[in-house]
Amino acid sequence: MSQRQRLILFSVAMAGLAACFGWAASGLPGFGNYPGPYGPVILHDAVAQTRATGVVSAVNFDYRGFDTLGEEFILFTAAAGLSVVLRRLRGEREREPDREPETDNSNKPGTSAAVKVPALLFTGPTVLIGWWLASHAQANPSGGFQGGVTLASALALVYLAGEFIAFRRLSPVMLTDAVEAAGAGGFAVIGLIALAMGLPYLDNFVPLGTIPGSVSSGGTIPLISFFVGLEVAAAFTLIIGEFLEQTLLIRRGLWITSRSSWSPGSSPSACMGS
Amino acid sequence: MVAWILAVGLHGIVTSRDLIHQIICLVVVQSSTYVLLLGVGYVTGGVAPYFYDISQRAKAVDPVVQALTLTDIVVEAAVTALLLSFAVQAHKRFGTLDPHELVEFRG
Repeated sequence: MSQRQRLILFSVAMAGLAACFGWAASGLPGFGNYPGPYGPVILHDAVAQTRATGVVSAVNFDYRGFDTLGEEFILFTAAAGLSVVLRRLRGEREREPDREPETDNSNKPGTSAAVKVPALLFTGPTVLIGWWLASHAQANPSGGFQGGVTLASALALVYLAGEFIAFRRLSPVMLTDAVEAAGAGGFAVIGLIALAMGLPYLDNFVPLGTIPGSVSSGGTIPLISFFVGLEVAAAFTLIIGEFLEQTLLIRRGLWITSRSSWSPGSSPSACMGS
Repeated sequence: MVAWILAVGLHGIVTSRDLIHQIICLVVVQSSTYVLLLGVGYVTGGVAPYFYDISQRAKAVDPVVQALTLTDIVVEAAVTALLLSFAVQAHKRFGTLDPHELVEFRG
């Protein structure tokens, strides 16, 4: 299909989409007066029922906890899938570098101090903020997802300030995998504990505490948020690590592709197979 | 607003000559859904649904769609990471990120 045919097809499809979009938008409630049945009910009851002042977290980790379990496993699966896709393919083998690594490195300028110093300065606060976010889901607009991503970006700062070796030493693949599994499993186990106590799956079985919004209140909300934080931090560390590894392999010319041995007749899946 | 973000992203996907650019365009398309969800849940004069230091009877926006938006963002991060890894592999195997050249390779 030529570029022109494609654009014509796109404009036809766009016209259809625009018509459907306009039709759908005309049926929406007016901006600013949403008559949703669930919002007002949850707003009315959430603080009294969960002792959490962050109602979005209460929805995510309590009312809709089962859904969030699936959401967490989407991320888990994505990290696993990424590791599979970025594994070493057949015909792609590490080749001895032509030159000694030392001479290779001496030609490259190192990371400048303008990058290193701020990255080092921000690493500590980033860990602190990530930890605070992951442990205060019940109080304010934070939670495991936000905290986990922030924790993982602290490790990306370590890479910026130092070397890939430092990043790898701080987050060995084995440990990252274990933390990710613990995070994903912990969430599911909290649900199972409720089940073992004769309550519905993921029911809030921990004492709720008395002061709404304090660290100890909210029952299972901060617990689940903590495990989600572990899982998200580990998943993103894994993802960042995989991409960095690919970058380093490509930069150092340690891989060769099997392009010459690939023929157009073979299916992509046959090529992807190990 | 939602329609505009959606259209810009779709146009980018169709006219893109680079896989990474195409993936970022998909992120733009998806971000239109955040705006749609948050717009649907908005209540005139409502505050954010966090009652740490405000009255619990204060008028607030819908927390359910906000939680859905969070799910949306997580899914987007997962999809983007996977697509980028496909782009890395495509570049390693075919030496190009241009979708048109990739089509030629497939025959």
